Amino acid sequence: MGSPISLKVNGQLFQLEVDEEASLLEVLRDYLHLTGTKKGCGEGLCGSCTVIVNGKAVRSCTYKAIKANGASVETIEGLAKEGKLHPIQKAFIDYGAIQCGFCTPGMIMSAKALLDQNPSPSDEEIVKAIQPNLCRCTGYSSIIKAIKAAASEIRGDGYIPPAMPGRISALRVVGNNAPKPDAVLKATGKALYAADLYFEGMLYAKVLRSPYPHARILRLDTSRAESFPGVVAVLTAKDVPGDKNHGVVRKDWPVFAMDKVRYVGDAIAMVVAESEKIAAQALELIEVDYEPLPVVTSPQEALKPDAPKVHEGGNLLKHISIRRGNVEEAFAQADLVVERVYHTPTYEHAFLEPEAGVATIDQEGNITVYVGSQIPFLDRRQIAESLAIPEEKVRVIGTYIGGAFGGKEDISVQIHVALAALKTGRPVKLVFSREESFRVHPKRHATTIRLKTGATKDGRLLALEAEIYGDAGAYASLSEHVMTRTATHISGPYQIPNVKVDCYAVYTNNPPSGAFRGFGVPQAAFAIESQMDIMAEELGLSPFEIRRINALRPGTKTALGQLLEESVGLLETLDRVEEEVKRTEFIPVEGSKRRAWGIACAMKNVGLGGGAADKAGAEVEVTEEGSVIVRAGAADLGGGLSGVVAAIAAEEFGFNSWKAWETPPVRVILADTGSTLDGGPTTASRQSFITGNAVRIAARQVKELLARIAAEELDVSPDKVAFEGGFAKAEGKAIPLGELASIARKQGQEARAACIYEAPATVPITQEGPHHFAFGFATQAALVEVDTETGEVRVLKVIAAHDVGKAISPLGVVGQIEGGVVMGIGLALKEEFPLKDGVPLARGFRDYHIPRAKDIPEIVPIIVESPSSQGPFGAKGIGEIPSIPTPPAIVNAIYKACGVRFYELPVKSQILREKLCQKLT
Amino acid sequence: MVEEYIFPQSIEEALEILERYNGEARIIAGGTDLVLQLRRGEVKARVLVDITRIPELKGIKEEDGFIWVGATTTHQEVAESPLIQAKAGLLAKACRSVGSLQIRNVGTIGGNLVNAMPAADSAIALAALDAEVEVAGKEGIRWIPITQFHEDVGKCCVNPCLELVKGVRFRPLGENEGSSFQRLARRQALILPILNVGVVVGWEEGKFSRAAIAIGPVAPVPFRARKAEEYLKGSPVSPESIEEASRLAQEEAQPRSSLLRGSAEYRKDMVRVLVRRALMEAAKLA
Repeated sequence: MGSPISLKVNGQLFQLEVDEEASLLEVLRDYLHLTGTKKGCGEGLCGSCTVIVNGKAVRSCTYKAIKANGASVETIEGLAKEGKLHPIQKAFIDYGAIQCGFCTPGMIMSAKALLDQNPSPSDEEIVKAIQPNLCRCTGYSSIIKAIKAAASEIRGDGYIPPAMPGRISALRVVGNNAPKPDAVLKATGKALYAADLYFEGMLYAKVLRSPYPHARILRLDTSRAESFPGVVAVLTAKDVPGDKNHGVVRKDWPVFAMDKVRYVGDAIAMVVAESEKIAAQALELIEVDYEPLPVVTSPQEALKPDAPKVHEGGNLLKHISIRRGNVEEAFAQADLVVERVYHTPTYEHAFLEPEAGVATIDQEGNITVYVGSQIPFLDRRQIAESLAIPEEKVRVIGTYIGGAFGGKEDISVQIHVALAALKTGRPVKLVFSREESFRVHPKRHATTIRLKTGATKDGRLLALEAEIYGDAGAYASLSEHVMTRTATHISGPYQIPNVKVDCYAVYTNNPPSGAFRGFGVPQAAFAIESQMDIMAEELGLSPFEIRRINALRPGTKTALGQLLEESVGLLETLDRVEEEVKRTEFIPVEGSKRRAWGIACAMKNVGLGGGAADKAGAEVEVTEEGSVIVRAGAADLGGGLSGVVAAIAAEEFGFNSWKAWETPPVRVILADTGSTLDGGPTTASRQSFITGNAVRIAARQVKELLARIAAEELDVSPDKVAFEGGFAKAEGKAIPLGELASIARKQGQEARAACIYEAPATVPITQEGPHHFAFGFATQAALVEVDTETGEVRVLKVIAAHDVGKAISPLGVVGQIEGGVVMGIGLALKEEFPLKDGVPLARGFRDYHIPRAKDIPEIVPIIVESPSSQGPFGAKGIGEIPSIPTPPAIVNAIYKACGVRFYELPVKSQILREKLCQKLT
Repeated sequence: MVEEYIFPQSIEEALEILERYNGEARIIAGGTDLVLQLRRGEVKARVLVDITRIPELKGIKEEDGFIWVGATTTHQEVAESPLIQAKAGLLAKACRSVGSLQIRNVGTIGGNLVNAMPAADSAIALAALDAEVEVAGKEGIRWIPITQFHEDVGKCCVNPCLELVKGVRFRPLGENEGSSFQRLARRQALILPILNVGVVVGWEEGKFSRAAIAIGPVAPVPFRARKAEEYLKGSPVSPESIEEASRLAQEEAQPRSSLLRGSAEYRKDMVRVLVRRALMEAAKLA
């Protein structure tokens, strides 16, 4: 039943019939296809759907369409007038306030509603205005600064350009700011994410999931759902023609559950129907009889001989063992031995864009899947294997990704939509609800870490022994690799000659655990960095001193025995942070509040390492119009890879820096298995290094060709030719790039080159040699305030120094640092994904609390550049490390402030208060 | 399944519609909670009667010795009202604490009352103000003291399928009176509080002459700490008597353990801290 409404959207009058229950968001997206307004939760908690109704910011997902009858609605699409960006959009782009871009439209609309009413807002008023809008990438500070700059321009006080972080680069683009090629599309709501795609005749899929964490399926009857009007197909395991399982490392995860379910996210059946509503209604008609089985939810329990078996082969997924030197002897010689047990909880990525995908099929049976994925090429292989069709009949086109952080490496919607398209012959869309997203995708491993360390009385570490249990959940995902990183990084960025580590990744009936920014290292860092402070106190050393004494530096060996020859900027990060802490005026507080600084260091491998082939392909082309096109298979999760590769290509061809809204000299096409070379996964902070090098080498090959042609034309030797501002120049003469490309073509050559770059070889951790080809290093200091009466903790300031080798885009590096620190604050103080007998208690943002604008401290990012000779322009990687030292720095600061040490994350006000009371009595 | 959505222009029209549909129609105002409840199937209604376009339900005014706030006045409008800020400061602060700006722009005072959550910020402030709720039904207007308005979690004595909240009124604070609103939550906004406290106090010649302490969520309905209030009346305005009143409030409050809000012990402990902070601020000792 429909009701007629008329509403003005961005000045244009629309008259339509809407469902009584339809939200304004549904009308904007599904009826008007104004997809700039995003759906992040559907519960009014994330702000992605913010639009302005009659001058006020509202959440369109809980605002009834019918209520908007007669109203004037402004959406992101209406902001740019005649191709001219609104000052807020321009400032967001310029300040690096856009990463994945999914929160951006809602954020900009909240800012606009504020500035329309108050063009001179205070910082506090800005924070209040964007408090409803969640952002998982930026950490909010760039957003707040951008809004201030825009306000100034709107008031007529002039635009305030962003301050350039770091040192002035001698290069043209690299090290100065290269704009993100996708920023304008994201700021204007034009960037298409998978859920924004609509095709003629498109069907909608919904997946029935297990209510039990462990159960046998006795009977599955889909007949009632099949006969429901509007249902086109109901698919189950028997409809999967090829591999019944998927998995990024080992295939143990069923496309649809067969005989049993192992966690509450397991797919049972999928309904494909004419509308999402019909699909949802039909799901309820599917009848399943289960026989609940005993549930195992902790790794230690799961290893007991009589524990319920999650998989036939037993619950131990992987035992990682490291032995170096002789720990028993070393502990006997140590003046101080400290042993503690640490716990970290399950964490949720909480990226703003829930998983989504659309598949289409052509007359020849070729399937195209549109999805925001971290590993498009592996998706393609897994889809083909499950559909039992050749890989070349599947094309995966990476759409924009609304944040991933490791949570979009596994298969989520990809095989399901492809299978549905194959079976129905029509386009099929599947979009997860927020609850489904929380329930299905792998999480960060909960761990228990027993850590024993020994040191001499002057603070030198002699030995480390660790026993680590990681909850792998129901399926392997990346657990083996993630827990290997926990094991290899438990020794921190320190020289420890004697090491013994036993680390167990264990199957349970909890949701699977997989990759999550930091990849097992945050858990290790929490333990070792707490331990360093405990030892420092026992030995009468300062936290800075004990770290300096043991810090890795060039010429030293890691705890695994890898000799580090270069690019170890750890000591400089320590020095820079200590200087900045000393420079900060310490304001003591009175009453029930206590303040203190705490520090922590971190190291994080760049690249896969451990002997894995680590490569990526890229292609560079100069067009006859004179612009440069980069095609690379890697995905940009929002972290800014596209800007990095654009900068590298621009630098090679001698272009000057440009503004995002100008026509760029370099265009970037990423993550399309039909038109780019395999870039491997966007993971392990590897793409700036690997894809960056591939682009650089390919660009140089094109330059070589063009230099030869230019040399002939200009009658000089090829080594005299230089590329500058779109020209090849030599001895005062110049030819435009486009002309060179034309000449090449006439000569039967193409001004393009491809490179598959392979990173320096590594060896497995059981062998001597380089386990990784590069590491990032960091030190962070956190100033916290503890309210001893309530146990509340506030982080007031974080100083974060990061050795990135070379900052190709300093603004991008600062964005990663600020976003990582704020995520780290969430992990330390707010977030946990509680489970009860395998069932998640958190179903959305109501129960899982990620930081909001009010929670952020002042952040002082410091870029340290200790170049890697193998990296592009010396660059390493920055994606993961920023959030690693933040939680231990906060926990160490809490201890300094009030004498209470936390061995379990997150720090809860209630427990802090209880511990304070126990201390007093 | 909602089939019809109606915007009546007057209270009479709204009541007539409710009567006509005989229990299948339901009042909706901002809809910030109701829309989600409908979607989850927790509330059923065939017809929604949107009262946000009825002029007489909106606004804030002072007359006959009372401040009156119309039911469909939004939290943001209350928070920004100079009258409320000057003469009922705790209500302005409570309304500022509600959800996010986007919720405050849409969510209404009346809606929040009828939703009847024991931790609702505005309800706690209104409880401390000894407010009365104005309800319009077939039989005319009735005034319900706020302390009798709530019946249980999510349940109040107004049936939104039969009648509607018209407004709420309370006495403005005088010269020798002060108020405070305190809130403890794991995050700064958009989450139900672990605890919230609203207090109103008055004093004469160095002694408390008036004391109202409302606490949520420590009971199924907004809770008044009567023992602490009784103790304060006539006690000197001093940190010592405030400490004792806070202790009494802690004794009489009975919060439950909650996975998402914290243990009973911690929340009981925090009753004392927040009541003390609120009383200190209200008595301008802070």
